[in-house]
Amino acid sequence: MQGRTAYGTALFVAAVLAVVLSAGARASAQALPGQALAFDRSKGNCLTCHDIKGGDAPGNVGPPLADMKTRFPDRKELTAIVFDETRRNPQTMMPPFGRNLILTDGEIEAIVDFLYTR
Amino acid sequence: MRICRAIAIVIAALAVAGARPAAAADSIDPDADFKAFRDYFTKRFPSVPLNDFVNGPYSMDAELRKQWEAIDDFPPYDFAVDRGKQMFATAFKNGKTYGDCFANNGIGIRQNYPYFDGKTGEVITLELALNRCREANGEEPYSYVKDEMASLTAYMAFTSRGKPFDIKIPNDPRALAAYQKGAEYFYSRRGQLNFSCASCHVQSAGEHIRTEVLAPALGILAAMPIYRSEWGGMGTISRRFVTCNSQVRGVPLQPQDELYRDVEYYLTYMGNGLPVSGPGTRP
Repeated sequence: MQGRTAYGTALFVAAVLAVVLSAGARASAQALPGQALAFDRSKGNCLTCHDIKGGDAPGNVGPPLADMKTRFPDRKELTAIVFDETRRNPQTMMPPFGRNLILTDGEIEAIVDFLYTR
Repeated sequence: MRICRAIAIVIAALAVAGARPAAAADSIDPDADFKAFRDYFTKRFPSVPLNDFVNGPYSMDAELRKQWEAIDDFPPYDFAVDRGKQMFATAFKNGKTYGDCFANNGIGIRQNYPYFDGKTGEVITLELALNRCREANGEEPYSYVKDEMASLTAYMAFTSRGKPFDIKIPNDPRALAAYQKGAEYFYSRRGQLNFSCASCHVQSAGEHIRTEVLAPALGILAAMPIYRSEWGGMGTISRRFVTCNSQVRGVPLQPQDELYRDVEYYLTYMGNGLPVSGPGTRP
């Protein structure tokens, strides 16, 4: 019984370590795949309208994308904005990247991953 | 876009058929639109002199303006103006000239285009008038987007510089319908990027998309045709409309499609009183 508990605890610790380590590795990586998408003119192209740390010659149609963890503690909210901001704000300039199939769901997730590093 | 167009056509058909004549006529008020449009821009950009709006992005950004003033010592549209002048001086095979098709021999009249033709019930733009002039004289029409058409319109704009736009919307339900269809097109979102003309040129006028500055819609056609660095050459109003539609990943209409002419009618009317500044240069 005690052995099983110890084994379980070890597994749990290992799992937590794995998650923490992989998150650390992702955060410290030079460039997440989402960065290329966010800066690419034909895909996310976030930089055309938003100032993003690390991007050259940003536009200013939309707000700067910084402090994202503080501003969007709920990942779902940020994902929904990229998918289709017109749902929340019908007047927005922001293209509905998900609804109009400009980006796939996977690409949106990658961009959101990247944005949380900013 | 096809749906928008179909709706616009249905609305126009209803108006013509007199299904809702009172409602349609009451709701279309170009004078009120004009005032609201002008107020929006003058309030949003209080430091921009009214007549400077015709200089588009240069009226919005000091750094761009400096570059423009440097370029304008030897403007890249000069060749087009010279060529247009030469074309104007050259007779068609039948001995007639472009001047024979226009008031005042085509000199200093840019500010009166487009106009509503009560006989045919359609909007006549300068580009359309030029090709109709050619066809009436047994010549082949030119492409609407660049080259010869840009040269002809460049010369005609050049001879009209400084003259205030004077677009008239006669009290004719067909003219009002054309104006309204143009306005609806201008404010309707389209394309994969879901932008209307107004998204960029009203709502976000003066803002940057990367290094570009979005031109204000007020007076935006006054500088046409333009030498655009991005195009590496001259382009007409038709070219601007087609590329705008493509850039928002929409399906462009044919140059000089009736609906594009209606948009030009609406937009030029919104800039009434502003001076002709064409031909122009843009990044």
